[in-house]
Amino acid sequence: MDQIPILKVEGCLLVSIQVDMHDQLAMALQEDLTCRIVESRARGVMIDISALEIVDSFIGRMLNNIAAMARVLDAATVVVGMRPAVAITLVELGLTMTGVHTALDVDRGLKLIRTLIAQGDARTGARVATSPV
Amino acid sequence: MPPVRSETIPVRNSEDVLRVRQIVRNWAVAAKFSLVDQTKLVTAASEIARNTVIYGGGGELTLDALEDRGRHGVRLCFRDRGPGIDDVERALRDGYTTGGGLGLGLGGARRLVNDFAIESRTGAGTTVRLTRWKT
Repeated sequence: MDQIPILKVEGCLLVSIQVDMHDQLAMALQEDLTCRIVESRARGVMIDISALEIVDSFIGRMLNNIAAMARVLDAATVVVGMRPAVAITLVELGLTMTGVHTALDVDRGLKLIRTLIAQGDARTGARVATSPV
Repeated sequence: MPPVRSETIPVRNSEDVLRVRQIVRNWAVAAKFSLVDQTKLVTAASEIARNTVIYGGGGELTLDALEDRGRHGVRLCFRDRGPGIDDVERALRDGYTTGGGLGLGLGGARRLVNDFAIESRTGAGTTVRLTRWKT
C-alpha cells in the first residue's frame, strides 16, 4: 500500500491510518492532506491513529506538521484514537504534541472539530462586527 | 551476559525500519513484556533504526534474548560504519539535530529503555546498545 486514502465527510477530511507507515509514506500523507485541504476547502481534518501500535518522533512530527499547515489553511485538526500505551510512550519520549487537538474516538473528534470551527467563525464574526463599516 | 537467543538483521532502508519494529515487537512479546513495555522498546528501536539508516548510511541490528535469574530482557545492538558522532553528549541532548528532525531520537530512546550505551568514533561508525527488562 503506497497511499493512505483521504475521505471527505460533511466538510471534513477523514484519514484512518491502518498500516505501519514507513517515513516516505508519512511524508506523502502530509503532502496529500495539505493539497486536499486546499482543493476541498475543508474546515476540519480528523486523523484516526487507533490502528497505530507506535508513534515515534517522526510520525509525531508529521502529525504536528499536518496540524500546523492545516491551521494556516484555516482548518482544525483533531487526532483521535491514540492507544494508551502509545500516549505513555510519547510522553516519555519527550514529544509534546502542542497544537494538535486530540479526542478519544471519532464521535468525540467530530464534535471537537465542530466546536473548533464554530470558535474560529465566532472570532472572525466578532472582528467583522467591531470594525467600522 | 550471554544471550539465550540471537538474531542479526540488516537495517539499510526505511522498509528495514518497519521490519525492525515488527521483529522487536515479536521478541518483546516472547519475553512476556507488558503492552506498555513492548511499545517503549519498539519506539526506541524505531528511533535508533532510523538514525542507523539516515546518519549511519545503513547497518545491522543484533537482537539478544536475555535471562537473568528468571527475569527476561531484550538487548538490541545497532551497528553502522557511517561517519560517527563527533560529540555524543551533545547528540543525546533533546533538541539537537543535524538532520532536520526534532532531535528527540537518541535522548528519547535512552529514556525508553533500562540500559543505554553508545560508542562512536569519527569516521569509524556508531554502535548503540539498548536493553529493556520485563517489569
